[in-house]
Amino acid sequence: MVEVHLWSSLRSLTGGQQVVEVEAKTTGELLRALVQAHPQLQAPIDAGVSIAIDGRVIATGLTEPIPEGSEVYLMQRLRGG
Amino acid sequence: MSKLHVSTTVNGDAVEYLCDPRETLLDCLRDKLNLTGAKEGCGTGDCGACSVTVDGRLVCSCLMLGVEAEGKQIETVEGIAEGDVLHPLQKKMIEYAALQCGICTPGILVAAKSLLEKNPNPTEEETRYWLAGNLCRCTGYDKIIRAVMDTAAEMREAS
Amino acid sequence: MALDDRKSDFTFVGTRPNRPDGLDKVTGRAKFGADISAPGMLHGAVLRSPHAHARIVKIDASRAEAHNDVKAVVTRADFADVPFKPGLEGEFWNVLENVMAGEKALYDGHAVAAVAATSALAARDALKLIEVEYEVLPHVTDVDKAMASDAPIIREGAADYSVPEGMHPNVVRYHESGHGDVEAGFAEADLVIEDSFVTEATHQGYIEPHACLGMLGNDGKGELWCTTQGHWIAQKTCAALLGIETSQLRVTASEIGGGFGGKTTVFIEPVALALSRKANRPVKIVMTRSEVFRATGPTSSASMDVKIGMKTDGTISAAQGVFRLQGGAFPGAPGDMTAMCAFAPYNLTNVKQIGYDVMSNRPKQAAYRAPGAPMGAFAVESVIDELCNKLGLDPVDVRLKNAAHEGTKASYGPTYERIGLVETLEAAKAHPHYAAPLKPGQGRGISCGFWFNHGGETSVSLALSEDGSAQLMVGTPDIGGSRASMALMAAEVLGIAYENIRVTVADTATLGYNDVSHGSRVTYASGLATIKAAKHAVEKLCERAAAKWGIPVDAVKWEDGCAVPSGPNAGDFDPMPLADITADMGSTGGPISGHFEATPEGAGVSFGTHIVDAEVDPETGKTSITRYTVIQDAGKAIHPTYVEGQFQGGAAQGIGWALNEEYIYGEDGRLQNSIFLDYRIPVASDLPMIDTVIVEVPNPGHPFGVRGVGETGIVPPLAAIANAVSNAAGVRMKQLPMSPPRILAALKDNG
Repeated sequence: MVEVHLWSSLRSLTGGQQVVEVEAKTTGELLRALVQAHPQLQAPIDAGVSIAIDGRVIATGLTEPIPEGSEVYLMQRLRGG
Repeated sequence: MSKLHVSTTVNGDAVEYLCDPRETLLDCLRDKLNLTGAKEGCGTGDCGACSVTVDGRLVCSCLMLGVEAEGKQIETVEGIAEGDVLHPLQKKMIEYAALQCGICTPGILVAAKSLLEKNPNPTEEETRYWLAGNLCRCTGYDKIIRAVMDTAAEMREAS
Repeated sequence: MALDDRKSDFTFVGTRPNRPDGLDKVTGRAKFGADISAPGMLHGAVLRSPHAHARIVKIDASRAEAHNDVKAVVTRADFADVPFKPGLEGEFWNVLENVMAGEKALYDGHAVAAVAATSALAARDALKLIEVEYEVLPHVTDVDKAMASDAPIIREGAADYSVPEGMHPNVVRYHESGHGDVEAGFAEADLVIEDSFVTEATHQGYIEPHACLGMLGNDGKGELWCTTQGHWIAQKTCAALLGIETSQLRVTASEIGGGFGGKTTVFIEPVALALSRKANRPVKIVMTRSEVFRATGPTSSASMDVKIGMKTDGTISAAQGVFRLQGGAFPGAPGDMTAMCAFAPYNLTNVKQIGYDVMSNRPKQAAYRAPGAPMGAFAVESVIDELCNKLGLDPVDVRLKNAAHEGTKASYGPTYERIGLVETLEAAKAHPHYAAPLKPGQGRGISCGFWFNHGGETSVSLALSEDGSAQLMVGTPDIGGSRASMALMAAEVLGIAYENIRVTVADTATLGYNDVSHGSRVTYASGLATIKAAKHAVEKLCERAAAKWGIPVDAVKWEDGCAVPSGPNAGDFDPMPLADITADMGSTGGPISGHFEATPEGAGVSFGTHIVDAEVDPETGKTSITRYTVIQDAGKAIHPTYVEGQFQGGAAQGIGWALNEEYIYGEDGRLQNSIFLDYRIPVASDLPMIDTVIVEVPNPGHPFGVRGVGETGIVPPLAAIANAVSNAAGVRMKQLPMSPPRILAALKDNG
């Protein structure tokens, strides 16, 4: 199981939960599992998210492995200039 | 509107073109003579990217009409190097990385060359004020000023 | 990226050779956006709305179309019908709506029609023949007014899922994040300061206006030359807006005369292609400076409230910020990024940040160097400075005490990997600038800054030539000397001279997809890809050497540009130089090339600390920057001179933003300062030399340790300068720019 930390304004879409536990081995699986657990998370994911695994920000990749026990944060998609 | 015939000298070459009386010298250099080294950054004489000299005087070619070039001697960035030998300013600009994107570089070179012809030993302040009409958005001017001052020192030593 | 191939001992990397394109750039022969023409070429011009907000009742172009010099006129009807959807997927629609207005003109300068004619003058004249009937609507250009209940609605239904109920429809996105309990943290503080701050919109101010040459036939095949930070995104967007296949449009990036984020999207490019399709001839469009200011991306303006609690020992017990960003008539203002970056330099137990994305009747904001971060840093670092002043604490010590480091939980959530903020602060403390005495009337300011760097989709191809030289094809336009960095990294891996590598920015038809030159990603991502592509070629070189020697390939290694036996047991052979292998490569297996295509995800984050001295003239309110020092973590500086250049350029742009630059709108909603005379960016006589210190804390996500350096340099200046000016003037400056009238007013209010 992976504990996914959400940013706080997403609590309104998860019934108040800011940490969601899902089964996932990659970033892509994680996003699918999040939507399965909380269908309303589809909107922020569609709008664009990045995923931080142990502090390393995965901007867009869906195939990045999520090692057992790693710290996982969902973040809004980063944009540069 | 009928076009006017202009005969002038650019970088030592006699040239002729037909231009609309509303076209600037910059338009004529770029569009009639294919000398695209001078750039249009503003069209209002504020950025200096179009700097050329006319009879030895530094001007923004976007502020002068093409018809006004009749009978003048015009020098552009394309005329700064002598054959395959770069002017010391050109060498120093590269060496100091005094350009990032390079769009302001032609104007800076023309203006700086004009400065050193008038004042071979400019202070930093004089250099900064002389080049105040040449906008650079990339470098913060630090390396440009250093390159120009070092060129001046080198040219003084050589002469 | 695995750490096992990390390199720390370099031959080429870290040296300062001349840039490969230097000669072209100093002789005037480098071809920028406007420096091209084509046989049969027409010139395009764009008709723009004089109103901030107006319904377009009717466009009558018949007089223009009837003119002999005019070969095509286009309006919105000539573009593909891209469906509108809120959020990111609607971005093509947003870009289309910005490129050519639909039902409404949404800001002063919004394109409503365009013509192609036989000359630039004829095109300009023809615009006067187009009659547009407008129904003028109420407008709003200020962020706080745009959020008020009585504000005119720019577009219904533009808000996405994130906006809480009850907000005005102009609020289109909402972000909230943080951790801990800020109220409990404020209760623990010995001093709490809460204040409000305002920054104005500024323009990226690249000296080269947008320019392009487009050719498109009704067979759906086209060519586009343009000045852009990313020609693949231009290709993709233009194809979508014109309803053609992406691969049928070949885009070539010209030399680019500055971008800073502003050339990461399209404006005139789809228009030139639409005109070309209609006229069946190539069409060139070059923007005027006024068009650049009125209709291309300024940054967002911001209104912000920041509250920070501190203990007497300097510990920050809680921090909270609300950041309202106005991004023009479209969603996209980076309120979320402002919120996530604002407190990121600090190790905070209790932090909460809220960001708003607000629409108004201004041009669509575009990215500008660390988009969103400088404004937030201005507000946060101003409050920290005030707390230091009130508590009698040293501003560097306080920042060191609270500085984030490896293992800190970031304000935006995750735990930091190895980062270099502490090292920049220690370098600031040790720098002679920090100890130098100030003269009367001068003040010193400090600020830290943070930015998320980016990786992004990247393709690089490297081909070896028979004579042992190499050609490297990258897809990220070279904005600031990146060809030099790429050649250095390739030289490092191949072991051949820097001068023997020719770096080309390839067009969209000759290389796989590349993300834009943005997000400080070029030296990181194209650099990583260059290293990988060169290693790929080296593998093949080793294979050829192994075959020649008749030994297994794993018995060959690459050293100083030669294949050598990997150990005494591998056999006794003289080193085989690269050129000896390439000389007969055609008959030993064929051409040798290396490739790399991926989306590197290890860009890592970036920090800097700036020290500024400012002098304020109490009679005129004019500020002079008397000394400036930039200290930033570059991970590993590939070409240190160009790294310094990025630091200096970021600082200079920050000085302009802090002291002078702003979009000024009249009551009528029209931009009042759309030329460089009135929108004054720093000139040479405004600035001092800008000192730099390159800190190198290697990025674990890059084989050579590179961190991007392009953007972070503009994050600290607004705050550092505001702190210096406030300390010099004895009054806290809360609004940018700190122009002479504002400073005089603040001095007067302060008695």
